[in-house]
Amino acid sequence: MSAFDEMYQEIVMDHYRTPRNAARLDHIPQSMAHENPTCGDSLKLEVIIGKDARLEQVRFDGKGCAISTASASLMTETVTGLSVTEARELAGTFIRALRGEAPIDALDRMGDLVAFKGIASFPVRVKCATLAWHALLVSLPGGN
Amino acid sequence: MDRIATGKAQLIGTRTVEDVREDFPILDRRVGGKALAYLDNAATSQKPREVLEAIRVYYEHSNANVHRALHTLGEEATASFEEARKKIQRFVNAEKPCEIVYTRGTTEAINLVACAWAQRFLSEGDVVLLTEMEHHSNLVPWQLACERRGCRLQFIPVEPDGTLDLQKAERSWDPHTRMVALTHVSNVLGTVNDVKAVAALAHARGAAVLVDGAQAVPHFRVDVRDLDCDFYAFSSHKMCGPMGIGVLYGKEKVLDAMPPWMGGGEMIRAVTLERSTWNDLPWKFEAGTPNVEGAIGLGVAIDYLHGLELRHIAAWEEELGRYALQRLYGAPGVTLYGKAEHRGSAFSFTLGSVHAHDVAQFLDREGIAVRAGHHCAQPLMRKLGVPATVRASLSFYNTFAEIDRLAEALEGALRFYA
Repeated sequence: MSAFDEMYQEIVMDHYRTPRNAARLDHIPQSMAHENPTCGDSLKLEVIIGKDARLEQVRFDGKGCAISTASASLMTETVTGLSVTEARELAGTFIRALRGEAPIDALDRMGDLVAFKGIASFPVRVKCATLAWHALLVSLPGGN
Repeated sequence: MDRIATGKAQLIGTRTVEDVREDFPILDRRVGGKALAYLDNAATSQKPREVLEAIRVYYEHSNANVHRALHTLGEEATASFEEARKKIQRFVNAEKPCEIVYTRGTTEAINLVACAWAQRFLSEGDVVLLTEMEHHSNLVPWQLACERRGCRLQFIPVEPDGTLDLQKAERSWDPHTRMVALTHVSNVLGTVNDVKAVAALAHARGAAVLVDGAQAVPHFRVDVRDLDCDFYAFSSHKMCGPMGIGVLYGKEKVLDAMPPWMGGGEMIRAVTLERSTWNDLPWKFEAGTPNVEGAIGLGVAIDYLHGLELRHIAAWEEELGRYALQRLYGAPGVTLYGKAEHRGSAFSFTLGSVHAHDVAQFLDREGIAVRAGHHCAQPLMRKLGVPATVRASLSFYNTFAEIDRLAEALEGALRFYA
């Protein structure tokens, strides 16, 4: 598979074309959006924690490239139902792996997220794939 | 759209473009199995063999530190280094070689002025007038200068067609304006600004003028005395020369009145433990061991451009640019930014709702190198209302066929991301 095909795998393109949990989040002010000034990507994230301290609903509202949109969409699917601690751990591992600070094979154990493995060899695009995950870390209770 | 230019002669003066391409070894490269189509020339140009060879010969034959060595190699290195300065002087038609200061690039040249000139000539309450289309390198140094000197920034707005309205600028002129700093050619919109008119306007009102010429000098003849600007800054690497060297042209009397900005060797005349006196121009502004290979390489790049003749380069690039406009304007999904009549060969556009980074990645798969992002002009992007654009920027070694490949690949990208 070429590096390009590795990056834009079918699952990535599917989430880009039909993002899951995408919504207008007009009640969140633009100043609360997470931004990647290098490419102008902007993303608002809403995380609703249920009574059982698990992520009950995660929605996003954003403009971005295929990679950042697909990553946000896949993230919302992956983390819904996780405990706050599990979600934080997953986000940390995902970000570190893509940045090359942890073995990239960690993604093999993350279900569909494995589709982002190819991004690690495109440092410029790592920020696209991790924007939503950074937003998640900030949005979780105890984040900043 | 049809390949309307196929079969048309592609000439730079009397040489064919195919022949000229032979001068640039890198243009033979393949990317992902496809021939490289290098359309990122506004970021940096490729280098002809002569330039690469001159740098090799310098290191293999004459490498030594310049100016104080009393041995043969040092004398040779100094002679080549200063000879390059004279080539640059003639290249921009400066009056004297001492008006040519070597810097690391355009950015450093502007920073030099925003430090040294500002220290001498800017006081509290003064205004520095820029435009909304400046590269960050002609914006941020002035933000810093204004902070240091208690001055204010004002901006000539960019009109919807990507031009500056100079009559508007004249009407809203602030009498506290001491400096007008603007780009000669926009790296995003391609607009060629009438800097000569701006200089006349500014000088009549007692303001100095700095021109960012990074996107101009590779493409057409620049005459700093005709423009009558006080400063003109440009980079070697965008005009077929090596990276890491650039030029600040400054009028002698203005440079003379400025304090030095970096201290060190070379820029001094006499040093005691307490104080120092300064060297003559231009060395007063050249502290430390300079980029000798860079200067020599730049000199050879100038020889190369003279060999092709800038008027032929400009004529061919205009033809190429017209063809690019024809292919891109009205192409499916393509929205072009910058519709100035007098424009250079950088074309910024968006493609439907496809993000610029995705477009660039797709084009790379086809062997086509373009730039995507904010092009170091975030305020201009906000004004255009787009987070990022794709930019194809041409040089004289590009061909009609490469523009065809770009247009076809854009259609492919539109289908792929639909």
